[in-house]
Amino acid sequence: MAEILVLVEHTDGTPKKVTFEMLTKARELGEPSAVFIGTGYAAAAKDKLAEYGAQQVYVAASDDVDGYVGAAADVLAKLEQERSPAAVLVASSPASRETAARAALKTGSGILTDAVDISDGFVAQQDVFGGATMVQSEVTKGTPFLCVRPNSFAPSPAPAQPAEHQVAVELSEGAKGARVVERVVEEKGGRPELTEASIVVSGGRGMGSAENFAIVEQLADALGAAVGASRAATDSGWYPHQLQVGQTGKTVSPQLYIAVGISGAIQHRAGMQTSKTIVAVNKDAEAPIFALADFGLVGDLFTVVPALTDEVRKRKG
Amino acid sequence: MNIVVCVKQVPDTWAEKKLDPQTKTLDRESVEGVLNEIDEYAVEEGLRLKEAHGGEVTILTMGPEKCVATIRKALSMGADKAVHVHDPALKGSCAMATSLALAKALQTIEFDLVVLGSEATDARTAIVPALLAERLGLPQLTLARKVEINDGTVRIERQTEDGYAVVEGPMPAVISVVEKINQPRYPSFKGIMAAKSRPLTTLTLADLGIDPAEVGLAGATNAVKEFTDRPPRTAGEVVKDDGSGGVKVAEFLATRKFI
Repeated sequence: MAEILVLVEHTDGTPKKVTFEMLTKARELGEPSAVFIGTGYAAAAKDKLAEYGAQQVYVAASDDVDGYVGAAADVLAKLEQERSPAAVLVASSPASRETAARAALKTGSGILTDAVDISDGFVAQQDVFGGATMVQSEVTKGTPFLCVRPNSFAPSPAPAQPAEHQVAVELSEGAKGARVVERVVEEKGGRPELTEASIVVSGGRGMGSAENFAIVEQLADALGAAVGASRAATDSGWYPHQLQVGQTGKTVSPQLYIAVGISGAIQHRAGMQTSKTIVAVNKDAEAPIFALADFGLVGDLFTVVPALTDEVRKRKG
Repeated sequence: MNIVVCVKQVPDTWAEKKLDPQTKTLDRESVEGVLNEIDEYAVEEGLRLKEAHGGEVTILTMGPEKCVATIRKALSMGADKAVHVHDPALKGSCAMATSLALAKALQTIEFDLVVLGSEATDARTAIVPALLAERLGLPQLTLARKVEINDGTVRIERQTEDGYAVVEGPMPAVISVVEKINQPRYPSFKGIMAAKSRPLTTLTLADLGIDPAEVGLAGATNAVKEFTDRPPRTAGEVVKDDGSGGVKVAEFLATRKFI
């Protein structure tokens, strides 16, 4: 079986769910090898990668690879050259897309971003134009570098005993241009990450203020969901910009998306319309979001949502 | 300090976008083109850096003839001049080829900083800024929500999933910006009038020494095999709140096993 490199998406060494989704898909297409780049690698990470079927784990863990923006691309390109894999899978996150792009360029390869499925021959399905068109694309040069949208596949375990290999890193001059001086965590809390969450609750213009977002947060916490916001809400300064869902923000594809006080302008729909189930609460019966919703409630969010939160808590015990 | 801002003309968000069945690329002719929204923030940042540090702002774009309107829009915000890479053989270029053409064009311009928007609303690959840094061997200062310059060093706040990273590098450098960075100005009447007479240089592939086989559909590193329209979502049940709305939504969530 052909080797497929899967770049581990992680936070301080803890692999994210999308990593297991990619390993699961890679098992269908070949033999997955996990590539861990950065600091924080530990036995717990290896165990998780093994659980999802990684046959090999390549580890490039040094301060250097965390210390330069272009470093990960050097490592990935080096492994691509040494291993000649059938494909390289990375998460379609902003930083990993950049890494994959540079590595693809270094190795004379092509890249596809935001794949929602990969079939035989490494044909990637992409949802384009805000989800209106489904495209089957392939890389026609070198090794396919495929960036996978989180939440596209269900992760399933298939335990393996991977061999671990340390990868020595000699960074190119080009990689050392941009140095990371400091990392600052602003949004932590207990909520799942927006693009990874299976449930997302988003608030829009109807929220009216930053304080009122507490209503959305309480519902999200009752459901174990992530919180998002429409552009109207982030532009008004009610919610952090990085949690914006839409054409100029994040694209999410959760099992359940609850839109609260969001009219559903095309810019917003571009970021959420591939969600599996959509629920909308809005006081305007004519709001375009209702055309997408599997269940819509026309009403005042300030009474409906707290009542919903209470009911969810009651039913969940 | 000389700043080049790369901009892209994209189909209007409201326009219905279609793939051309023949070439399987975006049909750009039939839709109205506008300046990619995040690129307005890139132009604004370029202008602010010029206002703070002096120098010139050059707009660089690649695309068909109709992109001149987009160039004029960027010039009307206050940029000084523009370079338009325009060649029929570029049609259908992938991100790799686009970065090649832009990199070659940048080698004809003296610059200290290249500024781009983080992604375009049409293809949404968001990789051209990193590819430019790679091709030019320059520091990749991308996804910036704040840019500061001190003694030839550029320091940015790079947006991350849970906050930001402070990243710095020497000039010249490649910067991409996210929309948090600023609030773009509207072109003034004076700016709109002045834009009409600002210098605009057009460069072809021959001018840049690029083999047409390296770009466009001929040189694409990826290809669309087939495409289909996604069936529109059908609206489900919509009910009016009668005082039990919250419970009704909860019941729906329960039937779908979310609670």
